[in-house]
Amino acid sequence: MTTTTAGTPDTTRSRTDIGELFHRYGTFCIFVLLIVGAHLMSPAFLTERNIMNVLRQISGTGIMAVGMLLVILTRGIDLSVGSVSALGSVLSAYLVASWSPEASTALVVLAGAGCGLVTGILVAYLRLPAFVMTLAMMTAARGLSLIISNGQPILLGDSGQAFTDFGAGFLFGVPQPVILMFAVFIVGGVVLGFTKFGRIVRAIGSNEEAVRLSGIAVPRYVCAVYVISGALAALAGIISTARAGVGSAQVGVGAELAVIAAVVIGGASLMGGRGGAVNTLLGAMVMGVISNIMNLANVPGYHQQVLMGAIIVVAVLLQHGTRWLRRH
Amino acid sequence: MTDLVDLRGIAKSFGGVRALAGVDFTVRPGEVHALLGENGAGKSTLMRVLGGEMRPDSGEVRIEGQPVLFGGPREALERGIAVIHQELALAPDLSVAENIFMRELPRVIGWRGLNRRARALIDRLGFDIDPRRLVGDLAVAHQQVVEIAKALSREIRVIVFDEPTAVLAARDAERLHRIIADLRGVGVGIVYISHRLEEVFRIADRMTVMKDGRTVGTVTPQEAGIDDVIRMMVGRPLSAMFADKSRRQAGAEALRVENLRAGTRVRGVSFAVRAGEILGLGGLVGSGRTETARLIFGADRRDGGEIFRNGRKVSIRSPLDAVAAGIGLVPEDRKGQGVILGLSIRVNATMARLKPVVNPLGFIRRVAEKRLVGDLAGSLRVKTAGIEAPVSSLSGGNQQKVVLAKWFHVGGEVIILDEPTRGVDVGAKAEIYALIERMAAEGKAVIVISSEHQELFGLCDRVLVMGEGEIRGELPPERYSEENLLSLAMIRRDGELRMAG
Repeated sequence: MTTTTAGTPDTTRSRTDIGELFHRYGTFCIFVLLIVGAHLMSPAFLTERNIMNVLRQISGTGIMAVGMLLVILTRGIDLSVGSVSALGSVLSAYLVASWSPEASTALVVLAGAGCGLVTGILVAYLRLPAFVMTLAMMTAARGLSLIISNGQPILLGDSGQAFTDFGAGFLFGVPQPVILMFAVFIVGGVVLGFTKFGRIVRAIGSNEEAVRLSGIAVPRYVCAVYVISGALAALAGIISTARAGVGSAQVGVGAELAVIAAVVIGGASLMGGRGGAVNTLLGAMVMGVISNIMNLANVPGYHQQVLMGAIIVVAVLLQHGTRWLRRH
Repeated sequence: MTDLVDLRGIAKSFGGVRALAGVDFTVRPGEVHALLGENGAGKSTLMRVLGGEMRPDSGEVRIEGQPVLFGGPREALERGIAVIHQELALAPDLSVAENIFMRELPRVIGWRGLNRRARALIDRLGFDIDPRRLVGDLAVAHQQVVEIAKALSREIRVIVFDEPTAVLAARDAERLHRIIADLRGVGVGIVYISHRLEEVFRIADRMTVMKDGRTVGTVTPQEAGIDDVIRMMVGRPLSAMFADKSRRQAGAEALRVENLRAGTRVRGVSFAVRAGEILGLGGLVGSGRTETARLIFGADRRDGGEIFRNGRKVSIRSPLDAVAAGIGLVPEDRKGQGVILGLSIRVNATMARLKPVVNPLGFIRRVAEKRLVGDLAGSLRVKTAGIEAPVSSLSGGNQQKVVLAKWFHVGGEVIILDEPTRGVDVGAKAEIYALIERMAAEGKAVIVISSEHQELFGLCDRVLVMGEGEIRGELPPERYSEENLLSLAMIRRDGELRMAG
């Protein structure tokens, strides 16, 4: 075996690993192929208006996907994001009637973080299974939003004008919710790639025991990712209210699955440790583009769900297919 | 007589790296053929080819004279070839009996019959393990027994043991050797891979030494000595591996533990270790050494007892507290607890102390980190293509150096090493010994847990012997002998011989 001592330059060129390349750029390839396909199918696809439309539709899912990515990197799962976003939607409409938009936003995000803190403590400190604990939070948060809204949609009044403006507004020709989503992805990517927090989160997913035996307070980090996921889910709820002009407890039903799908299409491993912000964004966009194509092609709604399921399987197969190819 | 196994000109490359460069290897019926060499010499790859897990690029596998081409381990098993790997392939959540008969479980399981057959197999091996217990609850040594029983559950003609005694204490290793002798007696061919040369010389009929994907030669224990074999493997003798202890200067007491207790595993352990001293912890597997180390490091909760650093009592409730108190642990299970396999050397090396490479905003200072880890890896002579390589790409010895690098970087004053050279080849062993001696020379208090007696005697200034969760006695260098150590380990203070398995 050719090895060199660290510090001296490596003289052997490392071979190009197709599997590794595909793992890194696979989501990107799928995304590009999809764009080309969509363009060929419908000339309406590659118009600025349609693209902005797609981006605006995925802004909520995308924001939640960043939180979910962090959770999944630690080998966890957060099933409560859809319900917490409903809580965020209802609360934002409810609070903005008596508080300023800024204060309402802050309170809503805090409430989401609070939900995350509860699950985080249960998962990280009491070591209960994430799947079950976030399932419990999923039920509880949905119930809470039904209680607050009394089961009725809460219309944004004049005091909620700032939210409506944000939902419909543009900045440099880009919808404001989309800008918020990009900002969240950028922060998420930077945190994951360049900070101590990001490194430890990733390391926990790879080998929690080794991290613990390095003298790192693992539960603190695990708890933090659930808090972040909860806060981002509530933020996504605000976007939903801002776009629809109404806060509803019916927001985000089944959203957790779309969010998990986006993260997985982005190449993250549910076994933890693997995944990145850029690919997760691409994963969310792949989901958005597919549903947009189906709309453009007039596929009926129910059929869309079946197709979406099939497409998720194909995308993940493509992600993992190369590993299979390498072995045979 | 035809050879049971005849490997001819086996070659195998991974990408551009040549793992085997035309190896010939034979196994005769009723012989123990030891396969020796440093890690990365190609032993495991060769055995993967024999076990049907890998297809050679060229060369021929003949079983009893017939050329074969295995499509997978199953086909090899059908020809009577079983490979017992270092990493055990057992299902932890299934019972012992289920694991043993994994491949032939009937659709409807008759538990009584299955358990009885499992019991009979384990009895034959001379062990007492309840077949209904979950494999995950067993000690590693007993898991190994289950793996062997699994191989023997069907008719075998050739069995490969890859480092079987790495996890076994002396007594269990002896029982394994008796099993091997029995198998040999009925004409089974045995391939035995081990880094413990003393035992290889005891049980092998022939020894083949590999280096860099080639065979260096095949010798018998009668015609060559241990030093000859080591020289074939690395080019230097064993005695040159340890430094001269008599020149070591111990300073003030660095760590003292008093009456450490945890359930029945650790029952009132007290001792002290001084700065610059290497203290050995000897005893059988399950004697409470690893548990004691983990209690001191805060990895497990203790029922009682106190820990003092430099004479001052410290509160250690987690590894975080231990690291803050200047204590480091190199754990027994390197891959499961020591390193993060998928991440780079750079990330692993700084994991326990990120402060010097993180700016006040929490951002990693990558340039500083690269320089720091590059220097560290260079000074510890980690053999790698670069510090960005994942730790999984390193050999066992080099992975262990990364764990040591981590604690060198932390710079604590007390370091506990649990089986630091397990599964490490001879060349890397010598380097790890030198690093442990360097830690002591830098004034650290070092505690070494090892089941290899020569290692304890070669490294340590004194050896504490543990048994059944207690310290049974202390050996000064002038009383170092395998006999003294074992008699302390196995005989209670009241003189009763330990009978448990």
